Amino acid sequence: MERRDSAMSEKPMHFHPDGQEALVELLFQLADDDFLLAYRGSEWLGLAPHIEEDIAFSSISQDTMGHAAMYYQLLEDLGCGSADELAHARPASARRNAVLLERPNGPGHYLREPRYDWAFTVVRHYFYTQAKRVRLESLTKSTYAPLAEVAAKIQVELHYHLLHWHTWFVQLTNAPGEARTRMTKAIQDVAADFAGVLTLGAKGKDMVRWGLIDEEEVLTENTIAALAPAFAEVGLEWPMPFGMKHGNGRNGEHTPDLDEALATLSEVYRAVPHAVW
Amino acid sequence: MAAMMTFTRLSDEEKYERFMQRIEAGEKIEADDWMPDEYRVTLIKLIAMHAVSEIMGALPEKEWVPKAPSLRRKLGIMAKVQDEMGHGQLLLRVAEDLMAPLGKTREEIIEDLLNERLKFHNVFHMAAPTWADAGLIGWLVDGAAIMTQTNMLDASYGPYARALKRICAEEVFHAQHGESIILALAEGTKEQKEMLQEALNRWWEALLMFFGPPTADTTGTSKQDITIKYRIRTKTNEQLRQDFFTKYVPRIWALGLKIPDETMHFDKEKGRWIYRQPDWERFKEIIRNKGPKSQERLELRRTAYKQNAWVREALSAVRTAG
Repeated sequence: MERRDSAMSEKPMHFHPDGQEALVELLFQLADDDFLLAYRGSEWLGLAPHIEEDIAFSSISQDTMGHAAMYYQLLEDLGCGSADELAHARPASARRNAVLLERPNGPGHYLREPRYDWAFTVVRHYFYTQAKRVRLESLTKSTYAPLAEVAAKIQVELHYHLLHWHTWFVQLTNAPGEARTRMTKAIQDVAADFAGVLTLGAKGKDMVRWGLIDEEEVLTENTIAALAPAFAEVGLEWPMPFGMKHGNGRNGEHTPDLDEALATLSEVYRAVPHAVW
Repeated sequence: MAAMMTFTRLSDEEKYERFMQRIEAGEKIEADDWMPDEYRVTLIKLIAMHAVSEIMGALPEKEWVPKAPSLRRKLGIMAKVQDEMGHGQLLLRVAEDLMAPLGKTREEIIEDLLNERLKFHNVFHMAAPTWADAGLIGWLVDGAAIMTQTNMLDASYGPYARALKRICAEEVFHAQHGESIILALAEGTKEQKEMLQEALNRWWEALLMFFGPPTADTTGTSKQDITIKYRIRTKTNEQLRQDFFTKYVPRIWALGLKIPDETMHFDKEKGRWIYRQPDWERFKEIIRNKGPKSQERLELRRTAYKQNAWVREALSAVRTAG
């Protein structure tokens, strides 16, 4: 796990007291988004379409889990509790991830009969990675310097993730027959919840006021501009408008799939209270 | 015509003689070099099995990747399992080159695995029901793998020897990753210590079986004589098992763990470890894919293979068009 400089984590970090609530809220969104998507990615382990993909995908999921860990560390530095506790012990109602990222990979379980949908996985990862890149670009100019630093670090890895998912997206959508049909349906499914990724939630205006991140509208516009060329490449209609079919996770609305995911993610953590692992 | 056939036959014998001289002199054989069929077939079986074992080996740990109890452990086990997949890929490439003259491809290796024509290592058929099992796999199964692979680091087949060099370097990190999990449990709460002891009880017999039976008498066949003849490996199964005991038994005891074999001790006069043989009848069942988790893990991969059929089709359509 990537740790921030020890000099930084020794003393609790501070932001302006009136802006701290908005900062914490934003960090939870960032941390929970990556934590949940890294989990969905890790469920694919050993099940990807070919071995090269298994290796690349697990590398991406590992990076993404590392990004979540960096954000949880920022929260720990702000005195919100230990990073592990924040990652493992918060109930679904306290989670701020977009619902799209908690959606299952498909029917079945990661250890039994996983009838996972590669098309949905490709589209979800591609869309999310574009939104994440736009968000990170904005975060590098954040008034909270430790966040700006972390964003700059993550940006470096994201270039490769984006290239990876873009390649899959174009290749499969441009392939004839079943592949295109499946991809078209996956695009609709992802779009139906994608507004949940783009929103900054109820405290979004405060985040902007404190200079933590750009306005939701700007981020959305930039994400659409980033996705548009790929749609031209595959000759598909733009899937607007984006929705929040399964709820707004930024405001704590979640599906039972999140409860299930959290139970798995924290099964050992909770097994022996106060143990060191 | 008859004279020509005699010449060809003689020439093959000469080639064989020259080949044996080369490997006995410690020279490396490369993919495009002439090699006897027995050597090629032995290597294909060995390396393909090694490759699919790395791939199947990810599955016992897969369960514990999301469940790892801290962010640090989650990242550690993710990296570890990814490495194992990487080893599988590296070895598939080595096997692919050897198979090319026989007109076989890498896809067939995977299909052979799913159709149960190609078996994977006996140790990966066992259950891993707790986090301590995940730690134990990293520490002792990877520790055992380092021993068998180090035994082939000087293999006469150059591409395999080079792949093993890289794999062994990474396995050392895996053993450290496993050892770190084990140490935390051994120094932990009563529940954690119990979890660890139970995992060792579960895995002990599998660790003995890991190195294979001492002689061909046990299972009817053994590749160890052929692989030693062709200088692919140097030590026998039993020598490797004894090396494993020498390295790990004192460490296991030092952690306060009990080995589930009261006869286990080092006989100074004989200069070797005395231990109770595992149930080799059970071993025979396991290598026929009748182990506790054999079918469940194969089924996991079969489901994924079926589920992703459309992706393979799409990719081949793209390749043909391109």
